[in-house]
Amino acid sequence: MVKTLGWLAGAGLLVGLIMAFGVAPREVTQGNVQRIMYVHVPLILASYVAFGVLAIASVVYLARRHPAADRVAHASGEVGVLFVGLGIATGSIWGKPTWGTWWTWDARLTSVAILFVMYLGYLLLRGTIDDPERAARYCAVLGIVAALDIPLVHFSVYWWRTLHQPPSLMKPGGFTGSTSILWPLLINLLAFVLLYAYFVARRVRLLRSEAEVTA
Amino acid sequence: MSYARRALAIAWKDLAVERRSKETLNALVFFSLLLLFVFQFTLGSDRERLAAVLPGVLWLGFVLSALLALGRTFLVEREHDCWEGLLLAPGDKSAIYLGKLVGNLALMLLVEALVLGLFVVFFDIDLGRALPGLLVVVLLGTLGLAAVGTLFAAMTANIRARELLFPVLLLPVQVPVLLATVKATEGLLQGEPLGAVAHWVKLLVAADTIYVVLSLLTFDVVLEG
Repeated sequence: MVKTLGWLAGAGLLVGLIMAFGVAPREVTQGNVQRIMYVHVPLILASYVAFGVLAIASVVYLARRHPAADRVAHASGEVGVLFVGLGIATGSIWGKPTWGTWWTWDARLTSVAILFVMYLGYLLLRGTIDDPERAARYCAVLGIVAALDIPLVHFSVYWWRTLHQPPSLMKPGGFTGSTSILWPLLINLLAFVLLYAYFVARRVRLLRSEAEVTA
Repeated sequence: MSYARRALAIAWKDLAVERRSKETLNALVFFSLLLLFVFQFTLGSDRERLAAVLPGVLWLGFVLSALLALGRTFLVEREHDCWEGLLLAPGDKSAIYLGKLVGNLALMLLVEALVLGLFVVFFDIDLGRALPGLLVVVLLGTLGLAAVGTLFAAMTANIRARELLFPVLLLPVQVPVLLATVKATEGLLQGEPLGAVAHWVKLLVAADTIYVVLSLLTFDVVLEG
């Protein structure tokens, strides 16, 4: 099951990569640099999936106190931070030739950066608590606080300043771009979500073995 | 004892300890005075530049003293081995949270009033008509900081590297409160009425509500052991 997931994710990434370079058209003004979008957007969206799963798993843990829920939250936190970190890095690499700067304090960049440090703190908290049961409880509370904080962060940062180009996929009125852009993006999105699921499945298995060894 | 009386008992205990020892308060007052020096040295004496960054600097002062004050919330219990005593208190544990929150709020508002006074004197700001609006913003902002701060203080009280982890956890979560308070203060100090910064005030009210309700619901889980 887990292995199949891995192969599916791998195949998806390969197809996505081929489509990003073969099917997707060359952007007129930005040139080939724009193709990084096919990795950048799926990474960020997959990290949202990860943090969503983390929040749900946290609630489930507090309600049921099942260690499996905590392991899912733990693994999702790690993969989510990795993805959002890579998303920021790829965005930066794209931003330098396009905007002329590695970083700017625009609304969505700032929101994502706050998300990154918030969940980095979540992983730090996990790392400093030795008792697994207590780590699970505290992290579940932090996971819920962080999840409910996201809309507040979003609005405050949005009102603070906004400059980023509007979202291209999920916006009012639906996607209006050409399908030769849409399909490579969707395939890559699917591939990265599968990759997330695969990583989490492997990590959960590892965490379970760790718990068995120390028990 | 009723819920409210149990909460008040905790708050009264903390404030009584603080009134007699003045441990936190003395250090915080001294610390805010030092902050004024630091701000003055780093910003220089250019009046216009100072006026432009004043709201941010003011809240930086509030936040830094809040980090010190809030981080100590459960220090008395931990250092004097009263943690079990706190846990043994009968009834709903969220009353403990409420009591601690009230105590923290009182302490922080006292320090903030002092910092604000020092700012008026040292940086020569004319509060004038901005004062009523500013009080609302300071009150809401402080509640937001203290609400999450008290919850996180309970979480970090019994773990390694707590004085490091506390600000690292609190600051990212508090970004909405910081942005809202700084922007609202900026508007108010420029002479705008409270209505002009209403969206920030609404955001603060929403944030405070979420933080307090969530903390009341989860505090039980944090105190379990």
